[in-house]
Amino acid sequence: MEKVIALAGNPNVGKSTLFNTLTGMNQHTGNWAGKTVELARGESKRGDTTFYWVDLPGCYSLLAHSEEEETARDFICFEHPDAVVVVCDATCLERNMNLVLQVLETTHNVVLCVNLLDEARKKKIKVDLLLLSKRLGIPVAGTAARNGEGLEKLFESIETLDSEKLRKTELLEYPKPLEEAIQKLEKMAEKEIGDKAKPRWVCVRLLEENESFAASMKKYWGKSVSETQEVKETLKSVWKELKEQGYEKEEIRDAIAETFVKASEKICKDAVIYEDRQYDKKDRKLDWLFTSKKTGFPIMFFMLLLIFWITISGANIPSSLLSEGFFWLEERLVELAVAVHIPKTIYDPVIFGIYRVLAWVISVMLPPMAIFFPLFTILENFGYLPRVAFNLDRCFQRCCACGKQALTMCMGFGCNAVGVTGCRIIDSPRERMIAIVTNSFVPCNGRFPTILTMITIFLAGNAAGMFSGFFSAFLLASVILFGVGMTLLVSKLLSKTILKGMPSSFTLELPPYRMPQIGKVIVRSIFDRTLFVLGRAVAVAAPAGLLIWFMANITVADKTLLRYGADFFDPFARLLGLDGTIFIAFLLGMPANEIVVPVMLMAYLAQGNLINITDATVMRQLLTQQGWTWITAVSTILFSLMHWPCATTCLTIKKETKSLKWMIISMAVPTVMGIIVCFLFATTARWISGIF
Amino acid sequence: MSLADIKPGECAIVTNMKSEAQMRRRLQDLGLISGTKIVCIGKSPLGDPAAYLIRRAVIALRKKDADQIEITEVNQWRRS
Repeated sequence: MEKVIALAGNPNVGKSTLFNTLTGMNQHTGNWAGKTVELARGESKRGDTTFYWVDLPGCYSLLAHSEEEETARDFICFEHPDAVVVVCDATCLERNMNLVLQVLETTHNVVLCVNLLDEARKKKIKVDLLLLSKRLGIPVAGTAARNGEGLEKLFESIETLDSEKLRKTELLEYPKPLEEAIQKLEKMAEKEIGDKAKPRWVCVRLLEENESFAASMKKYWGKSVSETQEVKETLKSVWKELKEQGYEKEEIRDAIAETFVKASEKICKDAVIYEDRQYDKKDRKLDWLFTSKKTGFPIMFFMLLLIFWITISGANIPSSLLSEGFFWLEERLVELAVAVHIPKTIYDPVIFGIYRVLAWVISVMLPPMAIFFPLFTILENFGYLPRVAFNLDRCFQRCCACGKQALTMCMGFGCNAVGVTGCRIIDSPRERMIAIVTNSFVPCNGRFPTILTMITIFLAGNAAGMFSGFFSAFLLASVILFGVGMTLLVSKLLSKTILKGMPSSFTLELPPYRMPQIGKVIVRSIFDRTLFVLGRAVAVAAPAGLLIWFMANITVADKTLLRYGADFFDPFARLLGLDGTIFIAFLLGMPANEIVVPVMLMAYLAQGNLINITDATVMRQLLTQQGWTWITAVSTILFSLMHWPCATTCLTIKKETKSLKWMIISMAVPTVMGIIVCFLFATTARWISGIF
Repeated sequence: MSLADIKPGECAIVTNMKSEAQMRRRLQDLGLISGTKIVCIGKSPLGDPAAYLIRRAVIALRKKDADQIEITEVNQWRRS
């Protein structure tokens, strides 16, 4: 037997954790509103039944005020899952009940899953599951998905849906005039839709003139019920009658929403008992620490610094070990190739092209990623990121943008493509577009190594030991802050030009803090994120390595192809404080930014040989020979921070905006800014160093 | 009086919501209707937005949005 089960729930109720526990499929979960942006599916077997789980986007209601709510509603209403499990936060049940009631209005096959029972126990919150089940007329299962507690009960509850007589009467009673109107419409609607949906639910949507629902009816059923002549006329007369009784369209909508809220209140009364009045004292204390005038910003900067410092100092040693190891292996590989008589024309490009670039990408990227990702995920799961958005919102408001943009920027730290997809949490289309266009001003993990290498070699190289690590972290944090500043500036510019408008209204939930499960976080971020990103980089690095090797070794009229390219871009690149080779490296790095430094080095070293690229002194020597100064290094950092987004990000932007135009704008904006900033910097810096 | 007028540590009862339709829906989804108790629990470092306790969830609202929410019975907040 097969069952399709939809998981619905407010954002941040541990829905994705439950989904992971149920299916074993590793889907990334985060502690902020609206993280699940695409429908994740997974399956699990129990007895002879296969359960197909669909993780719906987190939403507060089914009345479709946002794209996510629309997705969730359409799945529940039109795809007819065998059951909908509504996941709720036990510590905040009354607010969650709103969604339960709305789902119950669409279908009878609902199971209530009261999750986060472990958190509730910690806060001495008692939930009477039996009473809830009695009041709602549906099976209720209590779970703590993080520890796998209560899952058995959840499966049982789903199974009882088939056998037990479910409540067929309605829980909700709208104000009398509305109920009368619904009655007039219900028979007609039933005739139109049969058993495709609950007529009552459809009628209420008709009454509130829900346009998004009408569009979905058209999409799934070919036509909207409201298009039928009979319904159309009845609706007209019903609306007229309601108007006479003081119910304009807005009042109808208000009355419907209020009915849900009041019913939730009634259902949760005495079913949830807060034994400790001070149950959220810890949360409020932490909130004070993270968001007060005195401590909010210093702690934010300190956190940023701390993460970078741990990443930089932790990555140093494994990086050089890896690099030495790969070089040792490279020599062995050459020996082996010679021994088995592989011709030089074959092993040269393979070893010095493909292998070497791969080795560099891995040794430079893997250690910082393996440290940065878990650290960041811990902050994310702890619930700190929404506080960052809270602290920074005022700045975004001044730039006519949305405070949630701070969250999408945080996602961008990991990967800009993820950040762009994450922009769906921003409801206003204008503000969402701003967030998408500016997302690449936050350096993703693929660009960290480039920036970091520049900092270690040219800027922090002279400082010693512990201090050097700290100084590098400080410089890196400054670069990030510069990126944030540019984001705000560009957001403002966009708001005043091509994306004109005022800041819109928005609500931001600050969820309770939760202790992250550090062990799980480490395992999951290494397998889910680190290896995935690394895999992508490697897949790009191999062909790029081969290409650059050929470009550096094929000579036409005494000049390598690479030289031609570099010479071509050189005059322009010099204006920006770079050189032609660096510029080519950025161009070739378009498929994945991770390969910029390796490609650059390879180009410089076309004839030479380099032992250990994590050795700052050797690198510095090499680059200085190529005419690098600190100005070149800073310009490279700036250009790395601001140039065209990588190919994956560009494609994601095209997919998200459904527009080639916006993809091109998103590529042009950071590029133009980068060119301007680099040009200004290089010119000024040269002028200043000319004086001294 | 509007919600923007209450200070951290004060609570009030919502009497009317003048917010434009979309925002009003959103607030209703969070359980905010007239008659609901709301508590201001803090302000962000730059003074705007502020964080409010609505049905035991913490929701941040910008000043211009809080201004649209009329309130009455402002009191010192005591947990109950």
